[in-house]
Formats: sequence, structure tokens, C-alpha cells
Amino acid sequence: MSGDGALERLRREGRIVIVGASLAGLRAAETLRKEGFTGSLTLIGDEPHEPYDRPPLSKQVLLGHASADRTELPRMRGLDADWRLGVAAAGLDMADRRVRLADGDEVEYDRLLITTGVRARPWPHPAEAELDGVFVLRTRDDAARLQRRLAASPRRVLVIGAGFTGSEIASACRERGLPVTVAERGAAPLVGALGGVIGQVAAELQRAHGVDLRCGIMVTGLEGDSAGRLRRAHLSDGTTLDTDVAVVSLGATRNTEWLAGSGLGAGPRGIACDAGCRAFDVRGIVTDDVFVAGDVARSPHAIFGYQFLSLEHWGNAVAQAATAAHNMISSSSERRPHLWVPAFWSSQFGVNIKSVGVPSLGEEVIVAQGSLAERRFTGVYGYQDRVIAAVSFDQTKWLEFYQRQIETAAPFPPEYSSVNRRPEGLRPVPADFPDPSLPTHGPSVTVSGYSPTDQRITFTPARG
Amino acid sequence: MRLVVDLNRCQGYAQCAFLAPDVFAMHGEESLLYNPHAEAAQREQVLRAATACPVQAILVEDPDAAPGAAEDELSHVR
Repeated sequence: MSGDGALERLRREGRIVIVGASLAGLRAAETLRKEGFTGSLTLIGDEPHEPYDRPPLSKQVLLGHASADRTELPRMRGLDADWRLGVAAAGLDMADRRVRLADGDEVEYDRLLITTGVRARPWPHPAEAELDGVFVLRTRDDAARLQRRLAASPRRVLVIGAGFTGSEIASACRERGLPVTVAERGAAPLVGALGGVIGQVAAELQRAHGVDLRCGIMVTGLEGDSAGRLRRAHLSDGTTLDTDVAVVSLGATRNTEWLAGSGLGAGPRGIACDAGCRAFDVRGIVTDDVFVAGDVARSPHAIFGYQFLSLEHWGNAVAQAATAAHNMISSSSERRPHLWVPAFWSSQFGVNIKSVGVPSLGEEVIVAQGSLAERRFTGVYGYQDRVIAAVSFDQTKWLEFYQRQIETAAPFPPEYSSVNRRPEGLRPVPADFPDPSLPTHGPSVTVSGYSPTDQRITFTPARG
Repeated sequence: MRLVVDLNRCQGYAQCAFLAPDVFAMHGEESLLYNPHAEAAQREQVLRAATACPVQAILVEDPDAAPGAAEDELSHVR
């Protein structure tokens, strides 16, 4: 039978299995059906819930404006899928093309899509993590538990780690009128994602809203009372802090353990794939029947020197899932590269923070519009004399323009004289990203792999 | 009914907050907070908001427009 005939049969009666039933898994399934796949479709998810949206969990849900158990994602079409929810995938046999489930069952596939995402990095001391009052926030069950505890008016909340999630949690706590301490190992909140210049604005924002922000500080221990309830935290400056709630916001760990020994190129930094979302095996050979999308994927990006990007972004999950699904049931000439320009948002302390591009690649930053002091501005990042990223605080309308600048490798610093620029923004300054060899909560964009232009390997350092 | 807003796309025009204030609310100058689960009584307002959004960032699963879509799915959940 010809290759085309095999593809036609796959589209008509093939078996597609998606491991990971969250945003990326759902969107991929919808794309498969939309593009005419009529074979069997199985979605496997370790959580017992239908696919739900996570961004509201650290915002609307903690504020009590939405319910943690009512954030299911809208469905755009019937999927006619077999849902295996509440059972994790436990292994993969690539030769026999089957996924082993935690309950011992096995599911065979012709094409496999892995969208297992990430989970919250737990507090490193298991006994302390068990204390009543110690939380993480990733799943809707996490959010429901934390929301209930915040509603019970704790004396003080300690947020450990001032990345985006930690900062949003601190914001929600302040809005609820709760005393909050934020302990951040780096020099400022968001420093890993946006650098020190913008991080300083985030620090002032937190303090202006009454957060007891402590930077350059690590939490060295959590102490409970005789009943196992969190009582106080020990800090690296030798002080202690009385607190009855601690939220561990130390970034995320990729869900790849179930692939150990499978022969797939999967590890703590995710699963490497090509620009068409096909996974690499451990030999560095691209597979033709295993695809990856969403937070767990690392894929080379043409705009960023073909470096491998791991993006824990909502928009990336949506875009990459659609590309992966299309490519799974297309011939090689019809396949598309994943060329989505990274973008994310965060809502905290009443400010809308949005970004396009990869700020952490930036060497310098210039305030192109607005003013840092007013906390309403657009910062543009430069890398090797080109525009590589932009971030806005309450100036989202500028980002579309900068996205085009990034896509066209526009020169940095910008040559045009921009509107609404203040004297402080006339010159680029070092973006002040932390020494990558020092551990932090981690940037939300990580760059790794090799660049053909300089033949160097740049590894994302191990963290936490 | 279920809904989600693509907040990468959202530019804070606030049309939705005017048209369906029980579901969409501005938070500060340009942040949008919304309830991902709107009551059936809000249906008309939510659909109007989705239609009016200048950047078409609001995605709504309308059970009435696609009869049985969600129920169909649930029958397959094991």
C-alpha cells in the first residue's frame, strides 16, 4: 500500500491516544476532529476532572469570584472520545505502541500525543510539606483547599517564591485584607522572567499594596505545633516569622517520570521535539508517531535562533496543540512548524502585566512608552541588536506592534522616536537578569539546546 | 454555560464588562476577571458580550446552540 493510503487509513480508522487531559490535550482533540479524523480517540488524564482552565485558579478563584470546581473549559465540538480520567499513564512501549496505565490497563495507539504538562514543585522537606497550612497551587483541588483556608482569615500568609503565581497569590491575599509576607530568593519579584529593572517595579507594586516583601531571603524551615499545624517559618537571615499558612510557589516540575526507560528523549527539562512537534528519542532521532505539545514540550524556534524553548504559557498550549494535532494526521509536506511567538499575561495588584517574545534572552531593556515610576509602561528588550521581547504594565495595546518587531527582527534600540516616551526611557539599560547559575523560582521561559549560528550549547541550569 | 477568555488577545476594551457585568469585570485599568461558569440566566448577555468583543477573545460553549455536545462527552467518561 502506498504511503498516502496508509495516511488515509489512519485518518479514517486509526487509533490516537492523548496522554494529558488538560488545555493542550483538549484543544488537540478538537483539532483532530475538526480536521476530519474519524478513528478512535482516547484521552488519558491523572486528575478525575474534565479539562479545566488553570489561570483563574490564582486570581478569580482565590478572590472568591469564581468557584474552583466550575472552571471547565468550553467545548467547541463533540469529540466522541474515550475518556480515561483519574488514572495516570505509567509507562510507554514505543516498539509495541502502547501506553500502560497506573491501573494496569494498556491502550494501543497508531499516533500518540503527550501533553502531560507540569506540576507544582513541592516543598523540599516532605515532613514540613505535610504540615496543616502548607499549600501549593496548581490544580483545582489545590485552589479549592487554599481558597477555603484564606476564607477562614488566617493571621498571616507566607508566600514562598515571587514568580508570577506567587505574586498573584500575594495579590489575592492583600485584596482579601490578609497580612502577607513574600519571601523571594532573588533580588526582586519576577526577576527570572522579566529581569531586575522590571522586577524592581514589581517590588514597589507589592510594597505599595502592603505586602511585607523580603528579597534575597530563603525560607530554611517550616515549623509546626504538636497537632501538626504550621506555626512559624525560619528564614535565612536568622529571623522567624509567625504564620499559619504558607504557599509554596517555587515553580513547576515537568511530568515526564512515567516515560523513564521508554527510550523517548524525556527528562526533567521536558520532552524535546522538532518544530513540527514530533518527539525525539534518546538517540536524537525524531519519532514519527509520538508528538508533544504544551508545558511539557521543548521545541526549537526559528525566530529565536532555533533554540529549544520550554514555555509554560496558556497560549503556547493552545497553539502547539493545534499544530501537533494537524501534523499527526498530515503528510510531511502538509505539516506546519510551531512558530507561535511566546506571550503571557498576569493580573496582580490591579495591574495587567503582559509580555511577548522571550524577555529572558534580553541583554538590555528600554522603556519605550510610559514610565516605570507610574507603573504604566512598555519595556522593550534587545538581544544582539534586535528586538527580542516586550513587556507592558497596563499598556497592552502596544504589544501587537512589538510582536511584529520581534517577528521581523527589528533593530534594537528602536530607531523611531516613539510617542509618549519619558526622559528616563531614552537609553537602554542592562536588563539585569540574575546569574543563571544561581537557583531561583525559575523564569517562565527557559532557553536551552543549541544555536546553529554559534554552535554553543546553553543549558538551563538546574533549579530548586 | 462554560466560557474562557483568551487574555493574550484581550486588550481591555471592557465591552464585555458593560454587556454582561455579572460575568465580566474590569480589575484595575485593563485587567479582566471573569467567571468561567456563567448561569443559564446570563446566556443572552454572555453571547452578546462574546459577539461584541472587538478582538473576539471570548469563547463560549453554548449548550443551546450545539445540543447535546457536552452531554455526549460526559456519557463517555469512565
